[in-house]
Amino acid sequence: MSDITIVVNGLPRRVAHDITVAAALLQHGPASFRHSVGGAPRAPLCAMGSCHECRVTIDDRPAVRACLEPVREGLRVETEP
Amino acid sequence: MITCDVAVIGAGVVGAAIADVLAHEGMEVAVLEGEFAGAGSTGAAMGHLVVMDDSPAQLRLCHHSRLRWDAMLPEFPPTVEADRCGTLWLAASDAELAIAQAKVDRFRRDGVRAELLDAQQLAEAEPALRPGLAGALRVPDDMVCYPPVIAQLLLERAVAAGARLLQPVRVLAVESGLVRTAYGDNVSAGAVVVAAGAHSASLLPGLPALPRRGHLAISDRMPISVRHQLVDLGYLDSAHTLGGASVAFNVQPRRTGQLLVGSSRELVGFDARINRPLVARMLSRATAFLPALAGAPVSRTWVGFRPATADALPLIGRWPAIERTWVATGHEGLGISMAPGTADLIAADLLGREPPLDPAPFRPERDVAHAGAAA
Amino acid sequence: MRPSRRLDVVVVGAGPAGLAAADAVAALGRSVLLIDQGSRGGGQVWRHRPGERLPRAARRLLGAVQPPRVAVARRAAVIDAASPHELVVDFDGRTAIIETSSIVLATGAVERFLPFPGWTLPGVVGVGAMQALCKSGLELSGARVVLAGTGPLLLPVAATLRRAGARLVLIGEQVPARRLRRFAMRALLSPARLAQALQYRAATWPVPYRSDTWVVRAEGHHAVERAILSVGGEERVEPCDWIATAAGLLPRTELGTLLGCAVGDDGIVVDQQQATSIDGVWAAGECCGVAGDDAAQAEGAIAGMAAAGATEIPAALGRRRDRGRAFGWLLREEFAPRRELLDRVTPRTVICRCEDVRQESIDPAWSQRQAKLWTRVAMGACQGAVCGPACEALYGWRRNAVRPPLEQPSVGAWASALERLTPDPVAVGESPPQRGA
Repeated sequence: MSDITIVVNGLPRRVAHDITVAAALLQHGPASFRHSVGGAPRAPLCAMGSCHECRVTIDDRPAVRACLEPVREGLRVETEP
Repeated sequence: MITCDVAVIGAGVVGAAIADVLAHEGMEVAVLEGEFAGAGSTGAAMGHLVVMDDSPAQLRLCHHSRLRWDAMLPEFPPTVEADRCGTLWLAASDAELAIAQAKVDRFRRDGVRAELLDAQQLAEAEPALRPGLAGALRVPDDMVCYPPVIAQLLLERAVAAGARLLQPVRVLAVESGLVRTAYGDNVSAGAVVVAAGAHSASLLPGLPALPRRGHLAISDRMPISVRHQLVDLGYLDSAHTLGGASVAFNVQPRRTGQLLVGSSRELVGFDARINRPLVARMLSRATAFLPALAGAPVSRTWVGFRPATADALPLIGRWPAIERTWVATGHEGLGISMAPGTADLIAADLLGREPPLDPAPFRPERDVAHAGAAA
Repeated sequence: MRPSRRLDVVVVGAGPAGLAAADAVAALGRSVLLIDQGSRGGGQVWRHRPGERLPRAARRLLGAVQPPRVAVARRAAVIDAASPHELVVDFDGRTAIIETSSIVLATGAVERFLPFPGWTLPGVVGVGAMQALCKSGLELSGARVVLAGTGPLLLPVAATLRRAGARLVLIGEQVPARRLRRFAMRALLSPARLAQALQYRAATWPVPYRSDTWVVRAEGHHAVERAILSVGGEERVEPCDWIATAAGLLPRTELGTLLGCAVGDDGIVVDQQQATSIDGVWAAGECCGVAGDDAAQAEGAIAGMAAAGATEIPAALGRRRDRGRAFGWLLREEFAPRRELLDRVTPRTVICRCEDVRQESIDPAWSQRQAKLWTRVAMGACQGAVCGPACEALYGWRRNAVRPPLEQPSVGAWASALERLTPDPVAVGESPPQRGA
């Protein structure tokens, strides 16, 4: 499998080339993508673009749904861990 | 038949404020509401508590109301989301900055704090604004709040002081001391106060108030730093008129971290459809002033109907065409800003007391087409 | 970039229905643009990674629906419409106005989520969501997964999770055993379905499959650590890393609602030709009722033909659709969420995840609009996509109007598209700006 490198919160991470950003971020198990209005950690719920829980910042674009976004070499993603 | 001293029609922010004041004066008040508190123009509004000075009368009513809000708001729970962020009236040119300076002088004469920011100070105060603006007028005591909750809390206070809430009730007609309803009991009252916002004219034929449709849009929570409510002064270059469709730049930072973006105005009756080209103009004007806004996700847009008059002043007082009938509407975008003063004027009239400010400029029977400049 | 000519048909959604619709339009020699939010086509049911083996129908349709026969826009979505003939489309961040004679909605289904304590913890995902994540590259090597949902989707999802390396703790089906048996008697009369069910069960053996089972609550600090389950009436604690749970599927109808189409309990209302209540708008597949991918393909083909102007629709397609629909109705009847799933909500349970609105702050006596205005329930980023159906179940609110735009585009992208719409017949000229703020 050909791997690529993305940058998660400033740290490089090797991931498969043909996966979504959501899948890449969950590689090591459930993790917080963002904080709710009340400050609670949140992560994908629907994984098909409708719940908006997986919003992250990708290449400086805010509120991108990670479940709809394929990874690519050098992609930078910011989460709220 | 229900009997009471005063029947207030409408539990928007204006009707709820009137009911609150009258109930606290010991009057038997019945509030007739078609849906729920704040369901109409109030619920669709931006929620600014501002002092404006298009005319001396407007300035006086705004200022009196603001002092009343200042006294009331500390008693309200945090759900009103009152935030004393202040308003910045943005000047794009030196000519507009001169207008801003004149406004500073007028505000100060009336005891309203105001100051002029030069280009540098403005850039420091609001770094997200586009460069090249000439400066701004800062009104530091202006606030934003969450209107539907304010209306509900005012209504709850009125009910706690003995007011009776009739809801949902559809009002069919107002006659001398009588409110006819579509279902349930009719209401017999010593006085009827119509505070039905943009719908008031359907109960009071000939009332010079029209529904003026406005669009608003709200962004998702965004890390764009906006500290003040921002409005552009540009429109002051033009004559005031009710005609045509227009947009202005108006952005509010909300307690939720969202940005509320306005505004538009058109006279199209109660057509609730969205005018997309106008929304485009409204948003483009906003992003021209606040470039980072272009990257913010927009959650939704909606319309509301502001009750508007030709001279930009509300209609407050006795409506002579029907005996024992008063009206309080026509506040356009200033219903929340002017609600307490409006309630005080109505209460003074009903109780035969000295009004807190000159009521003449707001008389509903004035010639609104020509009265504005003289007020 | 306004196209120089109007398209004959735009199809929204590249699942089985949308692919079949686009294929049918192209077969009649009409111009068609297929708009899909995904990167590869196939929708949810045929979601795949490159090189992955797909069912024959999927291979055929994905092969046939290709440029130049069909124009395909991936990672694109309709975010607004001035009319069914003038669509505002977001193409991966850039917007354009697309003019079309007809539109076929094939927007599929979403999962029905019913709130329970802990459902906002990272690690709680939908059943279809867990499958979608695996099919988009999530590896679950050794992760402990509790799978609790309803209906025949559970077994194929379990098989997918297993292949992704998951340690399935349990497969929970909310309906009681007798209902499950009744369903099996009626549904598995079809030899094909029986064979498929046995195949999936073999692939998930020996993971326990329990009826009368649902998640009572999820617990954990920063993420899920354990599921508290109700299994046949007894409470059981299962340590786990993931909880994949949902209460079935619901039609995805936002775009139909935006276009003004009548929407009923089963989804977008359509006639025998898949025409909606709005001229020029057709709908096919699960957005007009969840009935499986075979019915969706048949409906897509019918809708595509009708939208392309065909007057004769082959009767065989109608029969395929009707068989699927009958199965869909059976599913809805037999796997309707049970009352206990609603009773899980406590005063502190978050109902609206976007705005963190808890049950205790919503008065069930309020109208929907009242609750929205006073608490912001359903007013957040998803605009009620998640909590709307939950509130309908909990408080009896009907889902109401959709306010544009869809999909939360950026202010700049939406505005630049709206500027290019045909001006309103009621001309909006420059005029003296207004007073007031």
